[in-house]
Amino acid sequence: MTAVLDVRSLNTSFSTPEGAVRAVNDVSFSIDAGETLGIVGESGSGKSQIFMSVMGLLAKNGRAEGSVQFKGKEILNLPVEELNKIRGVKMSMIFQDPMTSLNPYLTVRRQMTEVLETHRGMSQDAALSVAVELLDVVQIPEARRRIQMYPHEFSGGMRQRVMIAMALLCQPELLIADEPTTALDVTVQAQILDLLGKLKRETNMAIALITHDLGVIAGLADRVMVMYAGEIAEGAKAAPLFKSPQHPYTQGLLRSMPRLDESRINRLQTIGGQPPNLQHLPDGCRFRDRCGYAFDRCAAEKPLLRTIGEGRAKACHLESL
Amino acid sequence: MSTAPLLSVQDLKVHFDVTRKGLFGGPSAVVKAVDGVTFDLRPGETLGLVGESGCGKSTLGRAVLRLLPATAGRVVWLGEDLHALEHAEMQRKRRDMQIIFQDPLASLNPRMTVGQIIAEPLTVFNPNLSREEVKGRIRQMMAKVGLLPNQINRYPHEFSGGQAQRIGIARAMINNPRMIVCDEPVSALDVSIQAQIVNLLMDLQHEMGMSLIFISHNLSVVRHISHRVMVLYLGKVMEIADRDSIYANPLHPYTQALNSAVPIPDPDLEKQKDRIVLKGDLPSPLNPPSGCPFRTRCPRATEICAQVMPDLLPASPTHHVACHHAGPRE
Repeated sequence: MTAVLDVRSLNTSFSTPEGAVRAVNDVSFSIDAGETLGIVGESGSGKSQIFMSVMGLLAKNGRAEGSVQFKGKEILNLPVEELNKIRGVKMSMIFQDPMTSLNPYLTVRRQMTEVLETHRGMSQDAALSVAVELLDVVQIPEARRRIQMYPHEFSGGMRQRVMIAMALLCQPELLIADEPTTALDVTVQAQILDLLGKLKRETNMAIALITHDLGVIAGLADRVMVMYAGEIAEGAKAAPLFKSPQHPYTQGLLRSMPRLDESRINRLQTIGGQPPNLQHLPDGCRFRDRCGYAFDRCAAEKPLLRTIGEGRAKACHLESL
Repeated sequence: MSTAPLLSVQDLKVHFDVTRKGLFGGPSAVVKAVDGVTFDLRPGETLGLVGESGCGKSTLGRAVLRLLPATAGRVVWLGEDLHALEHAEMQRKRRDMQIIFQDPLASLNPRMTVGQIIAEPLTVFNPNLSREEVKGRIRQMMAKVGLLPNQINRYPHEFSGGQAQRIGIARAMINNPRMIVCDEPVSALDVSIQAQIVNLLMDLQHEMGMSLIFISHNLSVVRHISHRVMVLYLGKVMEIADRDSIYANPLHPYTQALNSAVPIPDPDLEKQKDRIVLKGDLPSPLNPPSGCPFRTRCPRATEICAQVMPDLLPASPTHHVACHHAGPRE
């Protein structure tokens, strides 16, 4: 079976007045149909830039190298006209802030039907009924009436539903969700996570869910990729990753979160220091300054991502934690 | 606890007139951001304030500090109503009450050095300190919050978010205040940095004994840091209790829904979890529902909820709840 998305040796860098910033460094992974991949990392870990590269949405000073195949077809750095046949059609993306990603001057109806008329050549009437149907799928009450409204007339959670509905218009095979619930309240976040779970169960769509919150992906992701300073620190199936993290960074992230399901502890464990500046990376392992397990070899030799079990890999010299 | 409260908030209301002005005007409109809130804060205690955006938690935090005027009610600080004080008198009280903000970089003046930022509250209240004494106090405070004292001449933009929040904490702590309002102090920080800042605040409280009002939408962090927790919804208190009872035995359906909505970093638990998914969003504060404001999303709502706002009644000496149908989750 070919993967829906297959990324090989992706390197993304930005040229800045202070020199090149390597935001994504030799990242390879794939997502199969029906599979949900969680991508976790802090700000600056490169988790979003991977998918901005995939979608051809890098800032002007950005440059992506390597290979990105969508169902076996190379799409990295395709000309815009070529790319537009795929993005928004076969793969679509939703963003953190639903207000800034919707056009405030157009009604939701116009924004949704335009996509269908352009990409699928539908008539206005047909496009409207498909759009309303999708608003129903994402549980917007009174969809037929509300589709005539402007984005500002919707609440934050409703706007995110509209965004998801728009992303689904052309029945994409890959949905990329970049921090889709970060701007929302917990009760609304729960609604959106439920909705994504329903889509996952009922369609065969591949989903890439990007987040900084391990809790958000726990219920949805089949596999998880933990990013640190532009590189993959650890990749594994969700259950073993949460149960027995094998990279000190993953372990640190899990331990530093207070949890409602466990009895309260007096002191949170922390990861010391701060995420590194991508322009001044330490030699050897990028995490070693903050790692409680670091030893001589970590400074001398950069740990490569290596397989440590079925479907499991980590970039760390330690045999086990 | 028998200690006298440091702060006693009594039936506090903060309403905003949002009537459209101008030639044609509009119908009069009032947002009741805080509507009849009563609570005490004891010395050395942390009170967590939780609720969704628009529930009035930040407005309440600011009104407690008299950064916003109260429409009605009292904010009694050590026996005196802050909102009745003369301006100069209030200024003197400010030494003992400070605030930390969500966005650490936006809340620091970009044209002042770290040293100047931390020195400002100190020199305002202690104009007679010598330059050397001020410098010494600042270095001490910087070390205490985990900043390197030799960074004293740097500017805010040279620091990461977590470090900038430490500067904000140093500024708030320099006069050894008795109370700090923390308005979402870790929400803008990376996960690995949040725990550092939470531990720092708890260590400082342990050492210096100040009270905290900790405003956050993150229920797990609030449980970790708070002694007591108050849940707000559309400007009204739904439930207030000591930490262990509100998390182990929430009696208000809204608190129960909030608790169940928090995602747990464990795939097995998360998939089995019986989550209460609330319908819809927070109603508009311009036109709140009659009776209990939560009734439009409440799974237990009945007729009486539309008519009468339930009183905040004790379920135990340390646990109060405002609900006609209060009780454990079925």
